[in-house]
Amino acid sequence: MIDRIAQLVNEDAAIVRWGRHMNETFMVEVGEQQYLLAVHGGLIQSVDKGPFVMRPWRFAIRAKAECWQKFWQKIPAPGWHDLFALLRRGEVVFEGDQRVLMAHLLYLKLVLAAPRRL
Amino acid sequence: MKLEPIVGRYAQFKKYRIYFEEAGQGIPLLCLHTAGSDGRQYRGVLNDAQITKNFRVIAFDMPWHGKSSPPAGWQNEDYRLTTDSYTAMIMDFARELALERPVVMGCSIGGRIVLDLALKHARELRALIGLQTGAYVERYYDASWLDHPEVHGGRACGAIAYGLMSPLSPETERWETVWHYMQGGPGVFTGDLHFYQVEGDIRGRLGDIDTGACPLYLLTGEYDYSASPRDTEAAAARIKGAKFTVMKGLGHFPMSENPEAFLGYLRPVLEEIRAT
Repeated sequence: MIDRIAQLVNEDAAIVRWGRHMNETFMVEVGEQQYLLAVHGGLIQSVDKGPFVMRPWRFAIRAKAECWQKFWQKIPAPGWHDLFALLRRGEVVFEGDQRVLMAHLLYLKLVLAAPRRL
Repeated sequence: MKLEPIVGRYAQFKKYRIYFEEAGQGIPLLCLHTAGSDGRQYRGVLNDAQITKNFRVIAFDMPWHGKSSPPAGWQNEDYRLTTDSYTAMIMDFARELALERPVVMGCSIGGRIVLDLALKHARELRALIGLQTGAYVERYYDASWLDHPEVHGGRACGAIAYGLMSPLSPETERWETVWHYMQGGPGVFTGDLHFYQVEGDIRGRLGDIDTGACPLYLLTGEYDYSASPRDTEAAAARIKGAKFTVMKGLGHFPMSENPEAFLGYLRPVLEEIRAT
């Protein structure tokens, strides 16, 4: 799912506009598998698949594969429908620079929910 | 042009200048908005002819919110909502408007404060309706980022509100609800959350609520993870006579994220209140 996220986001101007001022690389962990997403001006420049050696990132969003699977359902069930819903149930962990994550929270929520359209 | 029946006015009393909107006539129905938002959330109820035929629906913006002013000197202190200040404000407003035994309906922080009103003012009120009621919500994120010079408060508060809604609610209404959050003043949402997530823990007093003196209805949208159906159910289980309903397909802002679906749940409750 996450392999397709760049195309889904970059073709959707309504999402890109919310990330216009974001120029950061962040990590998404789907179970054991790590991904680094590089964002420039709201466009996802690259999605690199780990494992990584000495690659920097500003913040990381980590959850189990089963959690993302429920999150990416076309119509997710209650409690699995939002990044902070996952946070409330202890299914996701945010690490790193929380300020950057919070500054771009709406954009990140829209980006991470984009695979629901697949 | 379509002119809505809603009329907005300002009222001055004590240290406040309060903006409120109303429509309809009959039994007063006082509506309390959520943390960091304002009375516009209730436009669906205010515009509903079936309700306004028998109810005088009133929604006011709390001080610091919407078009209500913060009190003089607000720039010198942090805004912090507390159980006592919130309850006093609601009862003061009802008295100033000479509302006779109003029904009070509140959502989220408003859904919490109706429990306090049930404890302290049951005999002055005709009925209470709690939307998205939880007796307490422990902090599950660091709300201080919502009031930080390096994070845009409007964007961050909007992002918090966005996720609390149901993916089944209409896009237009969901984004209008987000817009209200984006318009809040700095520190206002976090000031309200102080009551919601820190000070306003009412778990220990639920058993003292007398629904015989004032009926209590609790309606909760199933997609809410802040005050989830499970949270409301836990509170309702400790209040004898409380009537609890889960609202299918709705989230934390039922009245504004999907007014039509919400009215389907609200109208029968108001009819029951009117009949008793």
